[in-house]
Amino acid sequence: MIKSELVECVMRTYPGLYQRDAETAVDAVLDAITDALANGNRVEIRGFGAFSAKERRSRVGRNPRTGQRVPVAAKRVPMFKASKEIREALNQDGLGAPRARKTAALSAGVLGAESRGSE
Amino acid sequence: MGETCTRAHLTEAVYRKLGLSRTECASIVEFVLEEMSARIAKGEKVKLSSFGSFLVRSKGRRIGRNPKTGVEVPIEPRRVLVFKPSNILRARINHKNNGKVE
Repeated sequence: MIKSELVECVMRTYPGLYQRDAETAVDAVLDAITDALANGNRVEIRGFGAFSAKERRSRVGRNPRTGQRVPVAAKRVPMFKASKEIREALNQDGLGAPRARKTAALSAGVLGAESRGSE
Repeated sequence: MGETCTRAHLTEAVYRKLGLSRTECASIVEFVLEEMSARIAKGEKVKLSSFGSFLVRSKGRRIGRNPKTGVEVPIEPRRVLVFKPSNILRARINHKNNGKVE
């Protein structure tokens, strides 16, 4: 789905809205998230996920073609962590098999491996 | 760091742009998020130009380790959601407001 399709969905559900307004609404949501991140704030949308910005220090990079050293400035990069609801919805069809049988063998209080999203 | 941005702030942003009631704006915000979640849950890609893309990746089985106990645990194949921010979003977060990437 691309943005224009999302706008169409909004229009179908809210027939009173002009296309322009539906577009404005979708953009307002995305801009609000962007602005919050730009101002150093976290964005937490329960049931969907959380956006944050992570600091990256300046470093010396290399041009992979020439091998030349190039300075890379410090910057902030946007991060997103999906909500538990979405992570579970993606794995309920058996694609990600639950770990029911292993759990019993491990001590109580062990963290659920699948909910840790290491990458 | 200021306050965390939540649904209420998104509703407020829509309210400022559209001449609708707050209730209607809240409903639209909720619908947009629901629609995106539903598509993602189906495994569909959601690409929002100038913002970023939500992609579903399938991960294979691998052996993980409980970092506390060191016990090896198999991590079964699963699907994960990744967000790939657009260059415009990356630039805006660094206050290059025109969104151009040098």
